Amino acid sequence: MPQTTTQEPLIALNGVGKWYGAYHALKNVNMTVRKGEKIVLCGPSGSGKSTLIRCINHLEEIQEGKITVEGTTLTDSARAIDAVRREVGMVFQSFNLFPHKTIMENCTLAPMRVKGLSKAEAETIARKYLERVRIVDQADKYPAQLSGGQQQRAAIARALCMEPKAMLFDEPTSALDPEMVKEVLDTMIGLARDGMTMICVTHEMGFARQVADRVVFMASGEIIEEGPPETFFRNPQHERTRTFLGEILAHH
Amino acid sequence: MASIGFNELFFLAQGLKWTLALTLIGFVGGGIFGLLVALARTAEITWLRRVTAGYIAIFQGTPLLMQLFVVYYGVALVGLNIDAWLAVAIAFTLHASAYLGEIWRGGIQAVPKGQTEAAKALGLHYASTIKDVILPQAFKISLPATIGFLVQLIKGTSLAAIVGFVELSRAGQIVSNQTFRPLTVFALVGLAYFLICWPLSLWGARTERRLQTAAR
Repeated sequence: MPQTTTQEPLIALNGVGKWYGAYHALKNVNMTVRKGEKIVLCGPSGSGKSTLIRCINHLEEIQEGKITVEGTTLTDSARAIDAVRREVGMVFQSFNLFPHKTIMENCTLAPMRVKGLSKAEAETIARKYLERVRIVDQADKYPAQLSGGQQQRAAIARALCMEPKAMLFDEPTSALDPEMVKEVLDTMIGLARDGMTMICVTHEMGFARQVADRVVFMASGEIIEEGPPETFFRNPQHERTRTFLGEILAHH
Repeated sequence: MASIGFNELFFLAQGLKWTLALTLIGFVGGGIFGLLVALARTAEITWLRRVTAGYIAIFQGTPLLMQLFVVYYGVALVGLNIDAWLAVAIAFTLHASAYLGEIWRGGIQAVPKGQTEAAKALGLHYASTIKDVILPQAFKISLPATIGFLVQLIKGTSLAAIVGFVELSRAGQIVSNQTFRPLTVFALVGLAYFLICWPLSLWGARTERRLQTAAR
């Protein structure tokens, strides 16, 4: 894997805290992601890993601390939120493609509405990324006509059409049938090879080993430990990490 | 005893024309304002949601007949001398917008949350999210209930007779008084309503079935 990271931080989280009512979902989370870095976030369910990446593009609000993306500090102001969302793409567990639009229309909507591109320009970009995720031949179909794996690849292409600087993946393979996991992971590996900055919430430890620069382990809303995959898997420092890895690796 | 001839039938047809015109006005006016009501009901601004909830409660909780009275005589009280047409159009628009607003609110809220989140994550603003992503899906979900309300509205226009409007029911009453053949006249009037409403009801039921199979 070529080393594509630089020292410049693209995403920085400082002392981030979040509550759902009385429930403390994120506790003093600190994390820096440099350009080109690939982070895999793992941890038991309810550990706050999905909440964390949803805070980065302001799908969730934080109550404490600071999130900075490409120099923009995320506040409640619409301008800051727009600026951050322009730089950061997201892929969801349940794809969330627009069911009433074709794959092509799913891909061209945001570039046309947000960037003001013409239909022709947006379609050129869309075709490029649909080709990259290898479903350009499905462009005129509706999401329901595609397999789960194809839908998720279309969702990746849709996010890429906005040409973001970083991509957030929220358990992108968890809703897929086992035989379709690989095609989505391969797409993500390809993206990583091309130098995309990525934060992936996933339980695919093979993917983490192959792609991640750092694996971050979360439990009860806190970052418990992090490190490069070799050390993280071979020599986990904390008891909770060992328990988690024992459980998850026993299944794979 | 007079017989029912061409003149009587023509008079009824005139009434039918006004019934359809009133329905159209109620549906178009109610559709436009109902959309605003539905958007206000699902807005993030709390007071806007509360105000529209109150609006819906008032118009769903009082008889249409009373609403017609209040608008018709109410505007006159404020010193405005308006046409019966305008008064009735306003009353039907208010009435329909409350019902359609509530039906469409349900449709909007039935669209999975992930759709809004995907739109937000792509950087789409509120207007585009609503227009391009949410409403097309919400309308499809709401179509059976919307058609059902349209049928109610067609029959509800008969109440406009109370403020002097000669629509189909009132026309029937007049013809019946002239010809002393109430049974025949109201059978004709009823048939006219039925021939308009029944196909709509069938269409509504078919849409509902199709949506149910699509969701499975």
